[in-house]
Amino acid sequence: MDAIMLQEKLVERLLCPRVRTARQKEKQYVGFATLPNQVHRKSVKKGFDFTLMVAGESGMGKSTLVNSLFLTDLYKDRKLLNAEERINQTVEIIKHTVDIEEKGVKLKLTIVDTPGFGDAVNNNECWKPITDYIDQQFEQYFRDESGLNRKNIQDNRVHCCLYFIPPFGHGLRPVDVEFMKALHEKVNIIPLIAKADCLTPNEIKKLKDRIREEIDKFGIKVYQFPECDSDEDEEFKQLDKELKECTPFAVIGSNTVVEARGQRVRGRLYPWGIVEVENQSHCDFVKLRNMLIRSHMHDLKDVTCDVHYENYRAQCIQEMTSKLAQDNRMESPIPILPLSTPDADTEKLIKMKDEELKRMQEMLNKMQQQMHDKDQ
Amino acid sequence: MHGSKDGEKSHGGDFSYVGIDAILEQMRRKAMKQGFELNLMVVGQSGLGKSTLMNTLFKSKVSRNKSVQSNPEERIPKTVEIKSISHDIEEKGVRMKLTVIDTPGFGDQINNENCWQPIMKFINDQYEAYLQEEININRKKRIPDSRVHCCIYFIPPTGHCLRPLDVEFMRRLSKVVNIVPVIAKADTLTLEERDSFKQTIREELRANGIDVYPQKEFDEDAEDRMINDKIREMIPFAVVGSDQEYQVNGKRLLGRKTKWGTIEVENIAHCEFAYLRDLLIRTHMQNIKDITGSIHYETYRVRRLNESNGHPGALQANGVAAQHEALSHEM
Repeated sequence: MDAIMLQEKLVERLLCPRVRTARQKEKQYVGFATLPNQVHRKSVKKGFDFTLMVAGESGMGKSTLVNSLFLTDLYKDRKLLNAEERINQTVEIIKHTVDIEEKGVKLKLTIVDTPGFGDAVNNNECWKPITDYIDQQFEQYFRDESGLNRKNIQDNRVHCCLYFIPPFGHGLRPVDVEFMKALHEKVNIIPLIAKADCLTPNEIKKLKDRIREEIDKFGIKVYQFPECDSDEDEEFKQLDKELKECTPFAVIGSNTVVEARGQRVRGRLYPWGIVEVENQSHCDFVKLRNMLIRSHMHDLKDVTCDVHYENYRAQCIQEMTSKLAQDNRMESPIPILPLSTPDADTEKLIKMKDEELKRMQEMLNKMQQQMHDKDQ
Repeated sequence: MHGSKDGEKSHGGDFSYVGIDAILEQMRRKAMKQGFELNLMVVGQSGLGKSTLMNTLFKSKVSRNKSVQSNPEERIPKTVEIKSISHDIEEKGVRMKLTVIDTPGFGDQINNENCWQPIMKFINDQYEAYLQEEININRKKRIPDSRVHCCIYFIPPTGHCLRPLDVEFMRRLSKVVNIVPVIAKADTLTLEERDSFKQTIREELRANGIDVYPQKEFDEDAEDRMINDKIREMIPFAVVGSDQEYQVNGKRLLGRKTKWGTIEVENIAHCEFAYLRDLLIRTHMQNIKDITGSIHYETYRVRRLNESNGHPGALQANGVAAQHEALSHEM
């Protein structure tokens, strides 16, 4: 906790005005190198939030994996439906929120579960409730961001979607492809091979290669790890390279603790041996956890904000302005989309901004009215 | 069957370590890559040592080059000018783009009425530029931040009280930007004179409802309040600037050499430069930027959006000037 100690030292200095301190050593030192610490301190106070979505058919081990990742039990009171009950089930969206604190850092973790996905006999467009949910969160954020009171905006946007691919097949199934294509421009998708303990290492390798090929072939944009800086140390670069070659991760989860090699570990007990969740030679769970939490959590949030959300926002504004244009010119049946190419002339741009503002002002008026009503 | 076993939870030591505190390291990495921005404005009459103080704060020549002009007419501009100079500085791997905004001509005329207007306009223009970027359809990943984070106001060391110009300026500007008042050239005051001057200034600030940084209402929690209360009891800082080194007790220090002794700039028994530097740079820099972004800028934004409600289409890229005149007139 150097940041806190640094702060305390400086506070002490401020509180004892007439004490001489030896500052000769720091002659050329201005001191703004403490900026990262100042930011650090503020973030620790505020805490973080992270929204993770899990998608895949029932029985892929999604809940178990989430419990293993965050060492919590989020699904204590869950009641599983039997086949009959599932016939008429539609895809639901269920949110679980848990506050985790570790070494003074607070994380508000939200898990978005999608029970019912891919379970029906006819799974046409079973991803629609999911894409709708993601869009809704974007829309909510967009409204909040454009509103007047931006002090406490809740960020419910989905930062990452873990997609569970069954290990039984020979690669991606049509529903996998369609799902990922529907979502790859809205959320960071991390495909996982579920229940990897039913495959031998060779089978896993073949399956991974196959899946990677198919992802390329179908043009699915899964989450890409950012490139390493050239000034990072070799160890980091090596780890990074291994990580990239290992996708999609083959994972195993477990809620139970077993005794293995004289230690108590999370694992699954079989007559022929014990599968250890955190053993890197057994599965990629550790890689997934390290990537998701320890090294790329911030990047996942950044990509969501800078890429997916911005795409949504740009699209949304264009739709709004084109609708407005359509309303204004009733004789043309085709909506005239404002040009977004860089060589659009300034006239059109100004008009477009005008219309965009009009729309936003209407929204703002509505919200102001809501706020006004709430205050009363 | 997977997923529904109610097993024993694992506990103990590294075993139950998820690793979420690593996100701080991730943020730090990213911040180091991106670098930081800081925009400081200095306001005060000519000759109060503004440029020297900036140079002393950042230990390098960051202020404008003043050409030596012969007569006052050439030296002092007819109206307040705004001169911005940017430098990229680096320390221990942390990169910062420092912009020093100088305001030559402030308070130098015979009639100084409304000399704060060009400064207000400049500050509001920066907010406007940021707002325009924000409402753009295709936004930049990182909007360049040219907003003035802090305005250092130089009070001449008269030893009596604030002048009307000081009160007028600070009253208006404390509403749009963080103001840090300092007593310039404090080596003309003895310690007793300094203390009583400060007391008077504090009372006058209070009496006129001027909220300087750190503002009481923005203290986040008890810890902050405690630290900031101590700071509030010490402002305005009595500073002395210097970019010349002298030999004192075998060490080379920044200072001013006189016949009766050498004033050491960084010695807190001599002047409060070190406190100012610590406040601005080492402890409260991020806080200053946050208050600018989340409070002053938001106030501006709300006002602009409300105005546009009355005049649709007013927030045009090239029509901004019209609205602006209206805004600055109400100051």
